[in-house]
Amino acid sequence: MLSRVADSIYWLNRYVERAENVARFVDVNLNLILDSPRGVAQQWKPLILTTSDLPLFEKRYGQFSAENVIQFLTFDSDYPSSILSCLCSARENARSVREIISSEMWEQVNSFYLMVKEAAQAQSLSELSAFFAEVKMASHLFAGVMEATMTHNEGWHFGRMGRFLERADKTTRILDVKYFILLPSPKDVGTTLDEIQWIALLKSASAYEMYRKRGQHRITPSEVVKFLVLDREFPRSIQFCLMQAEQSLHQITGTPTGTWRNSVERPLGRLRSELGYVTLEEIVQMGLHEFLDHLQGELNEVGKKIFETFFALEPVC
Amino acid sequence: MQFSSYNPGEFYDELFAAQSQPRPEAIPLIQRIEALSPGELRQRQQAAQIALFKLGVTFNVYGDSQGAERVMPFDIIPRIVSAQEWSQLERGLKQRIQALNLFLADIYHEQKILKDGVIPAEIVFSAKGFLQPCQGLKPPAGIWCHITGTDLVRDRDGQWYVLEDNLRCPSGVSYVLENRRVMKSTFPALFATMGIRAVDGYSGHLLETLLHLAPPNLPDPTVVVLTPGIYNSAYFEHSFLAQQMGVELVEGRDLVVADGYLQMRTTKGLQRVDVIYRRIDDDFIDPLAFRADSLLGVPGLMEVYRAGRVAIANALGTGVADDKVIYAYVPQMIRYYLGEDQLLPNVPTYLCWEAKQLEYVLANLDQLVVKAANESGGYGMLIGPQSSAAQRQEFAQRIQANPRNYIAQPTLCLSRVPTLLDNSEGLPQLAGCHVDLRPYILYGKEIYVHPGGLTRVALKQGSLVVNSSQGGGSKDTWVLAAADLSTELGSN
Repeated sequence: MLSRVADSIYWLNRYVERAENVARFVDVNLNLILDSPRGVAQQWKPLILTTSDLPLFEKRYGQFSAENVIQFLTFDSDYPSSILSCLCSARENARSVREIISSEMWEQVNSFYLMVKEAAQAQSLSELSAFFAEVKMASHLFAGVMEATMTHNEGWHFGRMGRFLERADKTTRILDVKYFILLPSPKDVGTTLDEIQWIALLKSASAYEMYRKRGQHRITPSEVVKFLVLDREFPRSIQFCLMQAEQSLHQITGTPTGTWRNSVERPLGRLRSELGYVTLEEIVQMGLHEFLDHLQGELNEVGKKIFETFFALEPVC
Repeated sequence: MQFSSYNPGEFYDELFAAQSQPRPEAIPLIQRIEALSPGELRQRQQAAQIALFKLGVTFNVYGDSQGAERVMPFDIIPRIVSAQEWSQLERGLKQRIQALNLFLADIYHEQKILKDGVIPAEIVFSAKGFLQPCQGLKPPAGIWCHITGTDLVRDRDGQWYVLEDNLRCPSGVSYVLENRRVMKSTFPALFATMGIRAVDGYSGHLLETLLHLAPPNLPDPTVVVLTPGIYNSAYFEHSFLAQQMGVELVEGRDLVVADGYLQMRTTKGLQRVDVIYRRIDDDFIDPLAFRADSLLGVPGLMEVYRAGRVAIANALGTGVADDKVIYAYVPQMIRYYLGEDQLLPNVPTYLCWEAKQLEYVLANLDQLVVKAANESGGYGMLIGPQSSAAQRQEFAQRIQANPRNYIAQPTLCLSRVPTLLDNSEGLPQLAGCHVDLRPYILYGKEIYVHPGGLTRVALKQGSLVVNSSQGGGSKDTWVLAAADLSTELGSN
């Protein structure tokens, strides 16, 4: 398959997944604010901190107000990771491979884009919650349509790999929000307020119910981390995402799982096994934020290698 | 919706011989439309339009903001071409393509037609589309113009004329196929009874035409469609044709010359390409051979092409025959190469580089249509009867500054077809709008005229400009099958 085409399907999926996850973590905060006791100041800076786009935000907006942060992350067409920009890019990518993907996929991404564009023109903060729910649903629809209408061939696996790598990265960032959100004082750790924040976080990853169902029902920080990082069955946990991405990678290359032949298989396989054998204690010892940082770094490396191996092919002269 | 008040006026109407007198072949269609209420007709029109938008049958308008796609307005009242008339067009088009192909082969080799003084050599050499690097080129099977979209028009008396040949990369065929798809669901009953010839065979014929160019004995040749990319106005069509043929759609950046062959970059390494259906203009196809600033093409492609290691459709250099001055010589070409009289006439054309004709053109600017020799798409044109004195003044200066680059033609009174428009109160009405016709001709093992074509319609009432970039729309074209099988076979 053409490198450019593989690249477009990969990014089409990454952008759709990215838009969904931005909606998710703006939604965490909206939830948190609604549940916060009176007198606790709204915290919007953490959202910007987790995106690693702090300098850009400060330059363009300055104030960390709800309006500014939401505008930046949702409808700012000059910020490449805003929901609107993600959908523009997803659609551009889809348009350039329309003859490869199914027409249902194109129609879904196109109507998704039109929905977001329309919302950007007629936004009101009160309807945002409904809008974010729609974004999540549209992204799920896209993934479902792709699953059910596109041949599960090489291109499909590139798309799926893109989606799961993006999701793994974004789950690290959703977890990181909690690191940046400050409790009113250190003695609030372990209180109801702390617990409410963890619940909000689980909810934003659609993980709250699934978490409750998996045996040990109490909400504790270490169990939440374990669930969102190491669970092998929950579809938004990092470990699950890496397993899926690796599976698709090996379908593309034909290399048996557990072995490697190219420069993508090695870092991805290594990262997936690391998560398979790391313990919660080791994560705590390293520090959750530092650990998440490390995962993000490794995921970036995998993305870079995918680009070099499959997309940026130069002839040998 | 009733046609009783529809007046064909002093124009040639494709569906009506006179007021309330439909042409015989159009009677079933007229009856069907009359059985529908105006509201329902309009509703079907809107449904058809929405269906096309959903299918993504869009074009981009240059100068508009990036990525802005539009749907070409679609009118649900089709144009009908009778079997007998079509078989005449078919013969005329085949004759013309054959002569043009011989002309192209000649001027890039022996140049006999120039040496024999049939066409002035300086006219050919000064044509923008004449490409020096194509000298001596031997395209596979000796075919230069594989895909042609000839523009035909009909004058007040019903006479057909060839307006333009479009030998480079004519677009619009995707509308023919998609318009038909929509029309089949709009008037299913008529398709069952009227004997309308199917258009779906186009992609199959196109693929055969392209495969015919691959090196013989190659078990599984790789054919690709080369597009400038998603911002090109006809991108939808490029993608559509690649999909319909089941071949790769590539951009210049997907291709590279390596080991003396043209190759495409795939996730599994480089793969050889044998045939390109290019939808990029000659100038842009290889920055080493032509425009150095082109980012759309492939450096080194021309060398591979000249070495016969890749086939390109249409061949490079065909644009020379799209020059409107050279167009004027097609009747002479037909006589010279085929020893025949032209079956399908040219529009009478005045050549401004000849002093006497120039004089006449300048004196009659308000009567004539003036065109730049190298422009297309309705750009660079003066329609005399609809122009202001200032515009004529400006054109007169342009013509005098560069007479070689201008031709003039009498203003034809294009034929009309009833079209569903809104009147000034927003109510549906039937109005006659001017049309042209672009049939598509494929030259592979033999010359094949696709039974259909794009009918473009000027939706502004009274307007003669049908180009989509200038606010034109399209209609489905119904070519009827001959009632009697022997005529049908005779025409093939």
